[in-house]
Amino acid sequence: MRHGKYRFLVGALIVPLALYGVFVLSPYVQAFQLSLTNWNGVDSAPEFIGLENFSRLWSDPLFLAGLRHNGLMLLVVPLAVIAVALALAAATKGTRVYRVVYFFPQLLSVAIIAVLWQFVYTPNSGLLNGALSALGLDSWRRSWLAEPDLALWCVIVVMIWSSVGFYVVLFSAAMESVPEDITEAAAIDGAGPVTVFRRITLPLIWESVQVGWIYLGIAALDGFALVQIMTVGPGGPDNSTEVMGLGLYRSAFNFAKFGYASAMGVTIFFLTLSIAVLLLRVTRRERVELA
Amino acid sequence: MNLTRRGALLSAAAAAAATSLAACATSGGGNDEGAGKGDVSAENPLGVPADAGLEVVVFKGGYGDQYAIDAGTRLKEKHPKVAIDHKGIQGVGEVLQPRFVADSPPDVVDNSGAGRLDLATLVASGKLKDLSELLDAPAVDDPGKKVRDTLLPGVIEDGTFDGKPLVLNYSSVLWGVWYSKTLFDRHGWTFPKTWDEMLTLNDEIRKAGLAPWTWQGKYPEYLNDPLLSMAAKAGGFDLVKAVDNLDSGAWQSPAMLAAAEAIHQLAVRGHILPGSEGLSHTEAQNAWCKGQVAFIPCGSWLEGEQQKVTPAGFDMVMAPVPALTGSDKLADGAVMAASSESYLVPAKAKNPQGGLEFLRFLFSKQVARGFVESAKALPVVAGATDGLTLTSGLGSVAEAAKAAGPNMFSYKFRTWYAPLSKAVDDATGELATKRINPQQWAERVQKAADAVAKDSSVVKHKR
Repeated sequence: MRHGKYRFLVGALIVPLALYGVFVLSPYVQAFQLSLTNWNGVDSAPEFIGLENFSRLWSDPLFLAGLRHNGLMLLVVPLAVIAVALALAAATKGTRVYRVVYFFPQLLSVAIIAVLWQFVYTPNSGLLNGALSALGLDSWRRSWLAEPDLALWCVIVVMIWSSVGFYVVLFSAAMESVPEDITEAAAIDGAGPVTVFRRITLPLIWESVQVGWIYLGIAALDGFALVQIMTVGPGGPDNSTEVMGLGLYRSAFNFAKFGYASAMGVTIFFLTLSIAVLLLRVTRRERVELA
Repeated sequence: MNLTRRGALLSAAAAAAATSLAACATSGGGNDEGAGKGDVSAENPLGVPADAGLEVVVFKGGYGDQYAIDAGTRLKEKHPKVAIDHKGIQGVGEVLQPRFVADSPPDVVDNSGAGRLDLATLVASGKLKDLSELLDAPAVDDPGKKVRDTLLPGVIEDGTFDGKPLVLNYSSVLWGVWYSKTLFDRHGWTFPKTWDEMLTLNDEIRKAGLAPWTWQGKYPEYLNDPLLSMAAKAGGFDLVKAVDNLDSGAWQSPAMLAAAEAIHQLAVRGHILPGSEGLSHTEAQNAWCKGQVAFIPCGSWLEGEQQKVTPAGFDMVMAPVPALTGSDKLADGAVMAASSESYLVPAKAKNPQGGLEFLRFLFSKQVARGFVESAKALPVVAGATDGLTLTSGLGSVAEAAKAAGPNMFSYKFRTWYAPLSKAVDDATGELATKRINPQQWAERVQKAADAVAKDSSVVKHKR
């Protein structure tokens, strides 16, 4: 009997495991392997060059710019998204219509979001400049994506806009599981809505917030698709919106340095991993069991 | 040896896993024997084996692939037993990269479009066949002539890497400044001969309520073309060579600086449509087609690209970029020209002779005339447009090509050194928005060129 069970389990798992191995694990292994070579993408016998690719990374101004910009996104995006999502979730408690509306951006693919926002930002016929003119604020009109000081912030706004909806839904669901009697008791004891939120609601939904930190931290280290589609250059003007993912793509597909690009990939992999672990540690709190 | 059945199975599985992991992106494939060479005769100068297969992969983009199908049909008339496998695709790089790595490529490739493989890399890895044999073969329409003598000047050089012709481009592209003839006739404007005249005319255009210039700001390379054209005209072929050979100081030479200054003047004098730096190529070109702007820099594909939005009677014309000074080294009509649609025969093709023969038919006058009509572009075959009625834009491009004669120039650094071309694009974007001045522009670009020259991981070329 027992023997039969294992045979069944192995039989059922072998196909998915094989697929996982070929399409997920082996590319990872290959990326590690390629990062130690000077592979150009078509050569059949790349040369092994040790850690040279990795040492080059730290003097590559484009990669360092990408690192800086992803770092800024990491500081801004998760904080802003979680703050806005918590506020919206708290404000729209009980009204489902808003949540559906907030969730809309989540249904669009990143490519569509990027193209749409490009139309919003475009200087002469764009929605944003049009709205500013309509409000009589002509002096505020800008070439939004073409000014080095503004471009990255424009991208960050889109990142925030496109992810808020998901977290509104996530946090709303968590808030609904907070028992009414606890918040009511606090209110009776004289706690205002802000105190109730800070002392009662937030600690009770902390696990969802923690999940948000990690997902958003990982997303902030990416940003490739938005930058590639929306920005001048892409990555411009003058590399002011360069992100690590774009540098990786450019190294591989424009500069034909697949070995070097793999080294970037490996570096980003470890960065993402460490950030995720770090965020888990930092945001760890005592778990509250709801009766 | 204590080898249990389970142990044997486990180690076999481990070995299989190890090989499948090792059989990674870079491992070579089998070395199949090719079809080799058939008998050479006057009828079959390249010695195509009579009944081999012939796999043709063509980029099917703006120009379509009808002309390549025609070439196949004509080849088939001569070699009825050859089985042609024609594939018109997009994303050539994605499809062919693994096949080049595994050394089992098709017999002819049109390596073009956004997803093409990097030519310099294919060359550096020795993946391409020398095309000299084809160039010395008799032309299809005129067996008294060699193929090399039926092509426009510069075409062979365009595809020559370190003395070896490895690539033949099919479509000839010229870069210049575009305007609407109707608009200019209405206002009584004529296209300026020198840059000073251009700046004077721009002031006049502005008085008429139009923006003189716009450019495809999202992709700064579009504005490089007039800049580099003027530099070449003023500095001559020596400057072009110095730039491509990464000579020190080439980007800071007087001609280059003067050209940067000329473009900078457009921005300084407010001759550029506000917001251009944030416009995509479509947005900028449409603004120009709507008559909001007088000039736009672009290559000769503009007419085809704008076909659907160009109002009737717009009559677009491409003119070579005006002379930078009164004493330019190159003659008046000199124009930046290069060719695109890069045809190549892989070194490891199974039927290389068939590949060469396909190209012999492709570069024949008859197929080239079909290309003019179906693709609305200029092929590199001399005299292909003779006797055809051309549209306003294509006609002006053909005329510019004829007027320039031997005074066509092209820079190679864009294909040779992609990182340098990115640096030039970035710098020009900054120059056109007045965030840097011409001196800073030259300094930045020279620094990038020096960095490429010093980088031991970049394969260098000379011309």
